Amino acid sequence: MTPDRILPTCLLFFAVGAPAAAQEQGFLWAAGPVAEAQRAHFVSILWWMAVVTVPLLIGLPLILWRYRLNGGGGRYRRDWGASPLAEVAIWSVPVVVVGFLAWNLWHATLSLDPYRPLGPDPLEVQAIAAEGHFLFLYPDEGIVTVDRLLLDADRTARLKLTSVDVLRSVMVPRLAGQIYAMPGMTTELNLAAFAPGTYAGLNTQYSGPLFPEERFETEALPETNWHARIEATRDGAGPLPPDVLQRIAMGDGAEAYLAADADLFARIAAPSSHGAHR
Amino acid sequence: MIGLFLGTLRWDDVTFVEFWRTPDLNNAIAAAAAGLLVLGVVATLILLTVRGWWRPLWRDWLTSLDHKKIGIMYVALALVMFARAVAEANVMRAHQATAALDAGLVAPDHFAELFSTHGTIMIFLVAMPLLTGIMNFVMPLQIGARDVSFPLLNAISLMLTAAAAGLVMVSLVLGHFSTGGWSGYPPYTGADISPGEGPDYWIWALTLSSIGSTLTGMNFAVTLYKRRVQGMHLFRMPLFCWTVLCTSILMIFAMAPLTLATLMLWLDRHAGFHFFTVGSGGDMMNFANLFWLFGHPEVYILILPAFGVWSEVFSTFSGKRLFGYLSLVYATMAIAVLSFTVWLHHFFTMGQSANVNAAFGIATMLIGVPTGVKVYDWLLTMMFGRVRLRVPMLFANYFLVTFLLGGVTGVLLANPTVDYGVHNSLFLVAHFHNMLIPGTLFAMLAAIHLWFPKAFGFRLHEGWGRAVFWLMAPGFLLAFMPLYAMGMMGGMRRTAYFSDPLFRPWLWAAEAGAVLILAGFAALVVQIVVSVRRRDALAVPAGDPWDGRSLEWLGPAPAFEFNFAGEPKVEDVDAFTALKAQGEAYRRQETYEDIEMPRNSAVPVVIGALAGLAAFAMVWQAWATAALAFAGVWAVVIGRSFVRDTERTIPAAEVEAAHRAWLADVAAATPVHRRDELTPENRGLAEEPL
Amino acid sequence: MSDVRHPGLNLGTTDSPVHDAAEETVFGFWVLMMSDLALFAVLFATYAAMSVHGIAGGPAPVEIFDLKSTLWQTLALLASSFTFGMAALALKYDDDRRALSLWLGATFVLGALFLGLEARDWARMVTEHGATPQVSGFLSIFYLLTGTHFVHVAAGLLWMLVMAAQLAIFGLDGAVKLRLMRLAIYWHLLDVVWVAIFSFVFLSGLAP
Ligand code: HEM
Ligand SMILES: [Cu+2]
Ligand SMILES: [Cu+2]
Repeated sequence: MTPDRILPTCLLFFAVGAPAAAQEQGFLWAAGPVAEAQRAHFVSILWWMAVVTVPLLIGLPLILWRYRLNGGGGRYRRDWGASPLAEVAIWSVPVVVVGFLAWNLWHATLSLDPYRPLGPDPLEVQAIAAEGHFLFLYPDEGIVTVDRLLLDADRTARLKLTSVDVLRSVMVPRLAGQIYAMPGMTTELNLAAFAPGTYAGLNTQYSGPLFPEERFETEALPETNWHARIEATRDGAGPLPPDVLQRIAMGDGAEAYLAADADLFARIAAPSSHGAHR
Repeated sequence: MIGLFLGTLRWDDVTFVEFWRTPDLNNAIAAAAAGLLVLGVVATLILLTVRGWWRPLWRDWLTSLDHKKIGIMYVALALVMFARAVAEANVMRAHQATAALDAGLVAPDHFAELFSTHGTIMIFLVAMPLLTGIMNFVMPLQIGARDVSFPLLNAISLMLTAAAAGLVMVSLVLGHFSTGGWSGYPPYTGADISPGEGPDYWIWALTLSSIGSTLTGMNFAVTLYKRRVQGMHLFRMPLFCWTVLCTSILMIFAMAPLTLATLMLWLDRHAGFHFFTVGSGGDMMNFANLFWLFGHPEVYILILPAFGVWSEVFSTFSGKRLFGYLSLVYATMAIAVLSFTVWLHHFFTMGQSANVNAAFGIATMLIGVPTGVKVYDWLLTMMFGRVRLRVPMLFANYFLVTFLLGGVTGVLLANPTVDYGVHNSLFLVAHFHNMLIPGTLFAMLAAIHLWFPKAFGFRLHEGWGRAVFWLMAPGFLLAFMPLYAMGMMGGMRRTAYFSDPLFRPWLWAAEAGAVLILAGFAALVVQIVVSVRRRDALAVPAGDPWDGRSLEWLGPAPAFEFNFAGEPKVEDVDAFTALKAQGEAYRRQETYEDIEMPRNSAVPVVIGALAGLAAFAMVWQAWATAALAFAGVWAVVIGRSFVRDTERTIPAAEVEAAHRAWLADVAAATPVHRRDELTPENRGLAEEPL
Repeated sequence: MSDVRHPGLNLGTTDSPVHDAAEETVFGFWVLMMSDLALFAVLFATYAAMSVHGIAGGPAPVEIFDLKSTLWQTLALLASSFTFGMAALALKYDDDRRALSLWLGATFVLGALFLGLEARDWARMVTEHGATPQVSGFLSIFYLLTGTHFVHVAAGLLWMLVMAAQLAIFGLDGAVKLRLMRLAIYWHLLDVVWVAIFSFVFLSGLAP
């Protein structure tokens, strides 16, 4: 365990008094550069906030003890209601802390802008969130996968997101996220993994009775395996039927398709005139 | 023809009929809840009839325009609604703890209905009426006023809120409530996906309650500007009044976007408009903006009065002047102003540019500054004091500690970088409950303990009060700390079942916490019953059980109907403390004057009933009924404007008699040391501190 | 003579008890109007977004607005504000109920004229351009914004009728005066809102 992990783990420990590290699912167990930046930012805020919170945690029991009604030894000054020195400290410490935090916030937010690709030549994927399922379209590879996102672990990926009917939100907690997928609109999300592996992905926005099922697997494969996998998928897949969404919803969809229909994503994301909203 | 009056309402919509047709566990739970409601109503009606309480209920309460009684009715309404909402929370928790995959107690749609009603009720029909009730009761007394500026409007606000509560209650028995959460985002709540009556229940309940809140905000702001007694400058107002002022101003401006958002949603649903629909130029992002343009100030509407209560509690139970009064005033105003500039943090993930997110993130964190200032001002209020850990003070100190955690997680969420990872997760649920339970709810419980004697003439039983605290305080931690953890592990809100078995122990812990909170609520009910039984031993007729500092403690407990016999003198922030120190608190008056008070009126009840009927009819698309009821509301308003004889005079002799009777009580009471304030010796007269 | 100030008609010199009472009631009404203005502000903000992004292939503002008709509506409403001003003077200086009633009557007629013109304008948009609110997001917000103002004006007319009845029954007593003062604030604010609609919706919608 790196020192940086101690604080959040302690927080979890404090939360229920039991070690929780067994469940490596959230962004605290980062497996990609975006999630790692989120984790580091999270931890740095905790340290900064300690400047404001720790004095109170120490001072409160002391004051309660010293100034208790029965037997407290502290002096009683009924009319003590102002102290310029204390007031200056009370205002300036949080101002300074928030100042630093604001500086941090600005840089972290801009550097993780989901509209800026993480690296050169990203893998382009279009994701369509539908009732109970996710469709991933790979325009350059000409295939479609259902509920499974195939990433090349040596390349960053750039997802374009949309949703079929209601608002959804796409996240792969250990890699990156989340960003809303909205019907009639396109948004973007960057994904990248430090190492090959399988990472859970999900919709986080309530969308109806099937909401708890709206999950997908993200498989980050070493480059050569990835190419082989794409080839194999292409070989095994049939053409994309026009009513693919209905079929999947009925439960008789396949795991992958050939994307003859290059416009599927554009059509679903079309109704809005403004596209990505920047 | 019948359709015009009954709309789409059918037999099958009755929850019991639904259960009759499909008798499964899910429908059984729904029918049981509906049955409890019906039983409760019937039992209440029988009780009122058997005891002959109809007349006093009507004469002394429902038609009363007295701000104190209106305040008490608000609190009573809130407690009833709390019983339902906290029970629902328990059902949700029990369901999640037992549900692996599809099973569990309730069907997924029913689960969605539960979190929607729970959230809607807790915000609009528990937290809002609780704090409106406390503000109503306390604020006019604290500024030395006889009533609010517009007593009739005050009662109308109450009745509109009650109508909203009635509407949500009816949804238990007739049809279903929305499944779209308390925030009701389209397109999910649009006509295509949610065609039923659910979202309409949500829309009209919110409309009724937000009209009530707008009127309340106006009424309180004007009262604070225009009804302060001579000598009570703005900067001599107790801090609680400052928070009431800021909250009122927020209410005046924040409710409009909500009313519009829900109106637009209704037009989309039923008139084919395109505000939020996909296509034809509609844009659901408009809804997010409008809703949170209301929603964020709303959060501060909920927390500012709590800050006010904590300020009163810390200084009263430390026997000391509030530290940093000016700081606290400016911090409150800063929070109120900033609260209009941060709404976008509720959807950092909607795909706007990074610059916009960063700007709103920083604006959000700025609120941390005045908030941090407040915390330290409260800490220093206890310093050099004589701190007594009575029930309100237990809650206050618990709040101080838990609020730190809520503040830290709030700052975390203000960072888009972090929010991307925990938005929509149980981490967020834990954060806002962290603010709403130790913040708002516990503040209101503390307020009830603090001011109960002034309302009813006797203290609440301290032992049972501690039981409430010792059940609720660990209950909150147990219920919500696991949610922080689960949220960081990828557990999302509004999830009916977690298929990951690793969540199971955390869910059971959360369930245990929810049970403790429910038990705490039960203890509160017991406490009230016990206190009523022992009211003689707990009585504080002289009116000042806690060695209070502001004007509301001047006068007997319960308070005079007309609040003050004469005009109290104000020369300090702690006006009552100053009066006591000068020996002027319990002086006879040379002369007494006639006092004009508003006459009782049935108008608010009728308006509430008609508005509730109109809303109910709108839910079921019974247009004729809705139109008639709506016209009825305005007919009553216009009719009332022709009534001239709205005031009643309390003759000077009566005022004098009441005042003398109180002074006799004071004379009969022995002053008590703070050490003995929990004993029956405490008749409401405080010993001069040395 | 009182030095009370509030945002309504100043009756300090002519009827100081009513003036003092107005301190609270008129101020309260003014505050209530602030929340009404917040409502309009949000409507305007939504209009600003949707009149650009929400046209969705339906008619655009330039195609359906008719400056001339709108100008007449504006003039009618502005004139009604003037006549209400005259009514207020009558209220303040002489207990001349006839003049007051006449000016109020004129205000009522002008207000009704405004409503008629606006309704005619809407009818024209619907019949000539098929521009119903169901066509596009832009038209939805257009009708909601102008419709909300329309309903406010209609409510103002109803209020005037009620005041006419009260004048007849009670004469010009304190309560009636206070209500007329509040009606005046209401009416002038609606005028202000309309001027905003006129410039922000119609003029800028027609600007090239
Ligand atoms: C008293 C103990 C309480 C318990 C055990 C409790 C429990 C819960 C649970 C289980 C949820 C659903 C979480 C999810 O979506 O997964 C929830 C949601 C919520 N609660 Fe509470 N709650 C409590 C008190 C309160 C209070 C006092 C308030 C407000 C004053 C409140 C406001 C909300 C809101 C606004 C939601 C969100 C509803 C939505 O998702 O639309 N709760 N609560
Ligand atoms: Cu968009
Ligand atoms: Cu917020």
